[in-house]
Amino acid sequence: MSGGLGRRWDLGGLALWVVSLVLVVLWAFPIFWAVFATAGPADATTGFFRTYGNVLFNTDLGRWYLNSIVTSGGVTLIVIAISSTCGYAISQIEFTGRRMLWYGILGSFMIPVQALIVNHFFLIYQWGLLNTWLGVILPQLIAPIAVIVYKQFFDSIPQELGEAAFLDGAKHWQIFLNIYLPMNWGVTLALAIIVFIGAWNAFLWPFLAVTKPEMMNVTVSIAQIRSYGVSGLAAALMAGLPVVVIYLLFQRRVTEAVTLSVAEKDDA
Amino acid sequence: MDNQRDRKENRAALPLVLPFVLVYAALFIYPSLQMLATSFTDGALTKQGAWVGLANYERLLSDRGFGAALRNTLYFVALTVVPGTLVGLALAMVVNRLRGYWQAIALSVFFVPYILPVSTVTSIAYLLTDSPNSPLGGLAQAANGTTISVWSSAAWFMPSVAVLTIWWTVGFSVLLFLAGLRAIPKNLYEAAQLDGAGRWAQLRWITWTLLKPITILVLTIQLILQIRVFDQVYLMASQSPSRSATVLVHYIYSVAFQRNQAGYASAVAVALFLIVLAFVVLQFQLLRIRRSK
Repeated sequence: MSGGLGRRWDLGGLALWVVSLVLVVLWAFPIFWAVFATAGPADATTGFFRTYGNVLFNTDLGRWYLNSIVTSGGVTLIVIAISSTCGYAISQIEFTGRRMLWYGILGSFMIPVQALIVNHFFLIYQWGLLNTWLGVILPQLIAPIAVIVYKQFFDSIPQELGEAAFLDGAKHWQIFLNIYLPMNWGVTLALAIIVFIGAWNAFLWPFLAVTKPEMMNVTVSIAQIRSYGVSGLAAALMAGLPVVVIYLLFQRRVTEAVTLSVAEKDDA
Repeated sequence: MDNQRDRKENRAALPLVLPFVLVYAALFIYPSLQMLATSFTDGALTKQGAWVGLANYERLLSDRGFGAALRNTLYFVALTVVPGTLVGLALAMVVNRLRGYWQAIALSVFFVPYILPVSTVTSIAYLLTDSPNSPLGGLAQAANGTTISVWSSAAWFMPSVAVLTIWWTVGFSVLLFLAGLRAIPKNLYEAAQLDGAGRWAQLRWITWTLLKPITILVLTIQLILQIRVFDQVYLMASQSPSRSATVLVHYIYSVAFQRNQAGYASAVAVALFLIVLAFVVLQFQLLRIRRSK
C-alpha cells in the first residue's frame, strides 16, 4: 500500500490526487503511444517484428549506431581523462597560472558553444576532418563543468592522504592515479554517464560536421527518415533506446550527476 | 628555495594540465577569437575574406531577418522559461507527495523524456499531431471540425514547440525542485498545521518561500538554455513559414551554411554571445542585490 493513499481523504486532497494522476498520464502518454503505434498491428502488413525488423535490416541503423557509439564513447573518454587530470592539478598543485586557469574555466561554462559553429566548421574543414569520427568528437570536448566537479571533489579529500604519499616519494601523477581517482569512482561514473548521454543526444554539431549518410550519428540520420511514418517512428525510438537503457540501469547515478553539476555551478 | 619548489610544482602540473589546456585553447579560445575577427570580414564558410570594418554590424541593425530571429527567440524564451519552471515545480510537488514505488514511477515518467535525443522527441511529436488519425490530430478535429497543422501555422508554431520543449526538458527542473522540497524540514508543516494553516497557506508561506533560491537557479539555467535553442525548432520547422520559425542559432546556421556568408554569420554569433552575456551579468547583479539585502 502506498503511503500517499493513506493520507486524509478530504476534498482538496482528492482533487490533488486527480490532478497528479492526470499529469503523470499526460507525461507518459506520448512515449507509450509511440511504442504502441510501432508495435500494434494497425493493419495486417505491419506489426512489431515487421516494423522493427524493417528498421534494423533495411536501413543503415547498425552503421549509425556504430558512429554514435564511437563518437560518444570518444567524447566521454577524452573529457573524463583531460578533466580529471586538470581538476587534480588545480586542486592539489600550486602551479603558476593556476588561479587564472580556474577562473577561466569557471567563467566559460555559460558561454553559448552554439555561437561557435561557423568557426568550428572552418577549423574542422581546415584540418580535413569533416565527415570523420574525430571531426564529430573534437568540438564536443569543451566541458568545463567536468573540471569544476572534479576539482570540488578532490578538494574535499583529506590533505593528509596525498601528503603522506608525497613524503614517501610518490609523484603527483601516481597520487592522482592511485589515491584520488580510485576514491572518486562514483563521481567519474556519474560524470561519464551524463557526458555520454549528452554526446549521444547532441544534434547541431554532428549534423553540421557530417554530410555523408554512412558517417552520420543515429540521432542525425533518423531526422532524415522521419517521413517514413511508422518505420521512421520505430527508428526514432531505436535511436533513443540506448540512453533510456543507460538511464534505467544507472537511475540514481544519472539523477545524482544532474543535480551535482548544477549544485557545483551554484557555489561557483 | 622557493623558486625551486615552484619549478618542481610546475613540472609536476604541466603534463596533467596540458591536455585540457590544449583542447581548450584550440577548440574554444581560438575559435572564439576567430569568430570576433571573422565578424569584421566578408569571409565565406571555407574561405577567409577581406576586412570590411563594422559593415556587418551596421547590416545587423537594419536586417529584418535578424530582427525576426531575435523576436522569435525572445518569444520562445517567454513561452518556455517561466511556464517551464512553474510546471517543473508543480510536477516536483506531485512526485514529492508520493511514496515508495509510486514516487519512483512518477519521477521516471517525468524524467525519461529529458534523456531522449531531440530527433526522437520531434519524431514522436510529428506523428502525434500530423494527421487526423493521430491522437492529437483527432482531438483537434473533434473539437474544431478540422485538424490544425500546428507546425505549418505561423501563429501555432512557437507555442507548439514551447509545449514540446517543456514536455521534453522539464524533468531536469523537477529534479532540482525535488531536491529543494526534500530539504524543507517536515516539522515546519506540522507546526503550521497545528496553527491551523491550510494547504494554500502552507504552500504560500513555507514551500514557496523556502524554494525561492532554487527557483531562481532553475530560471537562470532555463534562460541561458532557451536563448540558444536550435535543435527542436529546426527539426519541427521543415514545414513551416521560415520567418516565423527562425531563432538566432538557426539564423546563424542559415546565413553561414545556406547563404555562405561566414563573416556576417559571425557578427550574428557575436550578437548572440553578447545577449547571453548580458543576461548572465544581469542575473548575477540581481543575485548580489538580493544577497546584500
